[in-house]
Amino acid sequence: MPDLLQTVGFSPIRKEGAAKVLGQAKYVDDLSFPGMWFGATVRSSIARGRIVSITFDPAIPWDEFVIVTAADIPGQNTIVHLTHDHRCLASDRVNHPDEPILLLAHPDRAVLPAAVAGVHITYKELPGVFTIEESEAPNAPAIWSPAPADHQHSTQKNTFKTYLMESGDTSNLDHIFATADYIVEGEYRTGAQEQLYIENNGVIAEYSATDGVTVHGSLQCPYYLVHALELVFNLPEEKCRVIQTETGGAFGGKEDFPSVIGSHAALLAMKSGHPVKICYDRAEDMAGTTKRHPSRSRHRTAVSKDGKILAGEIDFALDGGAYATLTPVVLSRGTIHAPGPYHWPALRVRAKAMATNLPPHGAFRGFGAPQSIFATERHMNKIAKVVGLSPEELRRRNLLGIGDHTATGQLITDTVNMQHLLTRALDESSYHAKRAEFARTNPSSPIKRGMGFATFFHGAGFTGSGERRLNSLVHIELTPEGRPQILVSATEFGQGTNTILCQVAAETLHLPYEDVLIAQPDTSHVPNSGPTVASRTAMIVGKLVERASQSLRNTLSPYLPSTSETSTTPYTPAEFRSAALAYLAEHGTLVASARYEAPGDILWDDESYRGAAYPAYAWAVYVAEVAVDTTTYSATCTDFYALQEVGKVLHPVLAKGQIEGGVAQGIGYALYEKCVWQKGHMANNQMTNYIMPTSADLPPIRVAFEEIPSVHGPFGAKGIGELPMDGPAPAILNAIEDATGIAFTEIPLLPEDIFERMTSTPESGSEDLEPTNAGPYFSETTA
Amino acid sequence: MRSNPSHYELTTPATLEAVLDILASDLGPYTPIAGGTELMVALGAGRLATRKLVSINHLQELRFIATTPETLTLGSGTTFTDLRKDPVIATDFSLLSQAASWTGSIANQNRGTLGGNIVNASPAADSLPALLAYEAELTLVSARATRTIPYAGFHLGYKKTILRPDELLHSITLKRDFREYAHYARKVGTRNAQAISKVAIAALARLKDGLIQDIRIGAASLRDRPIRLTATERVLQNQPITRETIAAARAALTSETQPIDDIRSTAKYRAAVAANLLEEFLHQLKP
Amino acid sequence: MTQITLTINGETKTIEAPPMKRLLDLIREDLHLTGTKEGCGEGECGSCSVLMNGELVNSCLVPALQANGARICTIEGISTKGRLHPIQQCFLERGGAQCGICTPGMILATHHLLEKYPQPTLLQIQEGLAGNLCRCTGYTRIFDAVQQAILKTQQPTNN
Repeated sequence: MPDLLQTVGFSPIRKEGAAKVLGQAKYVDDLSFPGMWFGATVRSSIARGRIVSITFDPAIPWDEFVIVTAADIPGQNTIVHLTHDHRCLASDRVNHPDEPILLLAHPDRAVLPAAVAGVHITYKELPGVFTIEESEAPNAPAIWSPAPADHQHSTQKNTFKTYLMESGDTSNLDHIFATADYIVEGEYRTGAQEQLYIENNGVIAEYSATDGVTVHGSLQCPYYLVHALELVFNLPEEKCRVIQTETGGAFGGKEDFPSVIGSHAALLAMKSGHPVKICYDRAEDMAGTTKRHPSRSRHRTAVSKDGKILAGEIDFALDGGAYATLTPVVLSRGTIHAPGPYHWPALRVRAKAMATNLPPHGAFRGFGAPQSIFATERHMNKIAKVVGLSPEELRRRNLLGIGDHTATGQLITDTVNMQHLLTRALDESSYHAKRAEFARTNPSSPIKRGMGFATFFHGAGFTGSGERRLNSLVHIELTPEGRPQILVSATEFGQGTNTILCQVAAETLHLPYEDVLIAQPDTSHVPNSGPTVASRTAMIVGKLVERASQSLRNTLSPYLPSTSETSTTPYTPAEFRSAALAYLAEHGTLVASARYEAPGDILWDDESYRGAAYPAYAWAVYVAEVAVDTTTYSATCTDFYALQEVGKVLHPVLAKGQIEGGVAQGIGYALYEKCVWQKGHMANNQMTNYIMPTSADLPPIRVAFEEIPSVHGPFGAKGIGELPMDGPAPAILNAIEDATGIAFTEIPLLPEDIFERMTSTPESGSEDLEPTNAGPYFSETTA
Repeated sequence: MRSNPSHYELTTPATLEAVLDILASDLGPYTPIAGGTELMVALGAGRLATRKLVSINHLQELRFIATTPETLTLGSGTTFTDLRKDPVIATDFSLLSQAASWTGSIANQNRGTLGGNIVNASPAADSLPALLAYEAELTLVSARATRTIPYAGFHLGYKKTILRPDELLHSITLKRDFREYAHYARKVGTRNAQAISKVAIAALARLKDGLIQDIRIGAASLRDRPIRLTATERVLQNQPITRETIAAARAALTSETQPIDDIRSTAKYRAAVAANLLEEFLHQLKP
Repeated sequence: MTQITLTINGETKTIEAPPMKRLLDLIREDLHLTGTKEGCGEGECGSCSVLMNGELVNSCLVPALQANGARICTIEGISTKGRLHPIQQCFLERGGAQCGICTPGMILATHHLLEKYPQPTLLQIQEGLAGNLCRCTGYTRIFDAVQQAILKTQQPTNN
């Protein structure tokens, strides 16, 4: 019989679940404050140019409105992420369509749309650049002239950031390529993707001359917004307070963007003297907020005739949009994941992020890794084809194993066995049996079926020395009733933060799950335990909660019954409560803390881009089955199998939900979701025309875990949040190649794209195997 | 929400007669609103130009399905859910019940009406190719008169119809003549559910002695309005289904359609898929 | 402004509102029932689903005046005296709710589906919920919750 207090590895009810199913959970638009006004944003209608004039339609009673311009900003006109290039409000020029220029507030929400339309702005339009190619062209207009000093490559036109990552014997690259049996080249592209959380971005801000700024909002990272407000308002941290409200989906889309909308609402609150709510409608949210970075990857690989990778060159480029936001970090994660879980005797990865006149791209689940992994996993299939091996055998000859080093030189100490994962995944998905069946049935059917898979890993936690810099702190306090309450800035937005952290604390404290509380993230009360991003919450914050719980228990131990070391139930919940109350009676309060301590063997060198990039990796093999209808040229994913090793699974129901949801987003990324850009403006900024999968569009998603406890997370857990975004797109396109013989290299892959290829290749199915020209290399090398 | 609802007027006269009086009065023009699945979207997006609306959603006079041995008459207020539930439509007019099941979501089928779909006149509307194939007749009413016209002549251009400002679409009548026909309906949308069509075909045909005796093909998203592919039908009339016939029919289809590039698809794709759908139907017809 | 009288979750209320005000806004702003959510404002996502005279509708596409005299049931009317309806219980237990923003609409769509088909097939569930978009779950946990709810609602009640 299991211990009744055991909760880790079981699936207790989601902490805030009852409120959600009852419709009682309060999202930001459900809140109303006394005297509250509503805010709206006047945005640029062009991609790039100088603002010539701003006039106000005389038919609108402007005296009823509060109007905020850049001149009203008490501090710096900047939204700080990693750099200071992103203006809070445009004043003299605009760099992308839908860029905020002016803010309006009024007590009546209904009058705002007409007022926004009543602000007339004229521009001197300048030519814009809208793709990576246009931005890197020698004759491209310089978006930044001069470039802001903190663009890391202010000397190179339109470049936010570059990395050079080298591994193995790179001095010998030319020789390896000159003598290799095969050189395989390929170019791969991914499109922008909208996070499409169902709750749009929204905040309510309050301002008082004595207390400063308070923002309530739908967001992932309360302290990111605190730091943005400090600069905009020139206030100390303690006068910038942020409270997370129930958040209706985020996926990265509420990581960096709340700094923009939060600052805007706070400016209106300051000027109007009222609390001000800004909640975007869907069209504004889709046109004006961040998306996943579009990418281009170029691979050149030297391979031996027996299918061993000898050397590789990877050029990885991102379209960052008009401002840097988090682009350098997205580029970094994409760069480090580009080699995939393979052994590269010699490898050079050159990465760069280019500026364009699109709205800034930002965080989205996976953070650069889905882009570079898509390319690598398509390229592995191409190598297999050139060499004459099956995709499986090619991978088997190159997969990393225990004792190997990753491309950054990190020793694999996890006892993961990718060969075994691959065997199990292909077996449980009936990969070989189905391929054999489809080979029989396809020739006589208008529906061509195929199987494909992807093998990949995803690092959990901040990259490199990021966790050291974050220096996260977690508290657990006792409530006056003697219940433990977790205080963290880690936020719940559906993924299960509240639940798993309470499980970890409950198990550590030997208490029922129901007895543990978690506080609403309010920066006046909770410490900075870092942002809720990067698959770090379970592993990093969870570990801190475990340590803080141990500390709490140690502090209370004089008040608890003494028990033998071997007892599984050292005390009853009632005894814990008595001890807690006794402690509080004596000392008033109790707050136990834990601060991040970097493991001694996790070392990273930012200069050389070498070392342990992540404390731990999740490993996975995803298998997709597809059907391509040659009547309509549409590809459908008809079955999906996802196997991953993620350390201890804290909550099986939530973990499966994370994988299934990520796979669904990955299927959308591959086959449905396209941002249609017209001069930098998203033209399909409605749910009707930006196509995400409905319940009638997804295959059965079968999820399996292997659990090898990791030393880095609580009870052996690692991160899983981003992992499922990485595998579906390459697995699906590999399956489409299996079904049709056509090697597609770009996502989203829509029926129109399949049509073009199927009808332009005379014998659909015959692929040109000659290595293609990978195009020019980057001219710059830098670390 | 990009409109201010207080700028809009909505009245709900108790009877059809009262609605027609309002439409005929010089207080207008008034725009009738039934299930709101189109006009309320326009309101939310800030592009509902008309400021005066008259609700017809509550008029039981417009929400009926009447069958005789020879005909089926649908009140214009019949919802897509009503269409899907009706047993006569399921057996005699399966193209229509299929089209109803493609239209929006369940919630939209509960509100959206066949009459609204016709009058809104979107070239991509799901149910209209079926009505063209069935050679529907429309009854238009006004305070002054009632007229019955073939549906084929209703659309004049992109979202333009022959409906006069004082007229209301009252009902749609179909002849129960199609038991002997093979039915074909296929929609190619942006996804499996809740999708706007990139191209859709609804077709009927009857063979005799291996020859196509009669064929009717309605199509969506191939021109500025829902169309009947009459030139293609002529090419197929009295022909056996051979490779040559199919090639001629594909060519005719291409010549009489003018699909466009838009944010949902491309003209080339639409044209090719429409021809593929037609070919699929013809293959299915083979004895 | 027009007077609108409707029955909301069993209670009759009269409200003054512009007749073209969206039923969604009437419910949220005038009736202060915020369990009904706005996701898209164009009838695409189903977050604003309510039952109107027993039929599932998108309340963002219903003019307030058309709800005059109607019976409206929102998520707040699904549970009784704070006790979860079996559908709500199953969404809770089976992980059918993640971020929760689509959940009220999804539960009302499920309610409507089970009224129509007490024992729906997976295909019927997929079609019945296709108007309710969920970005978190991939729908698998939702199907699981609905299938569990079918079993629960089939059990005879005590009264």
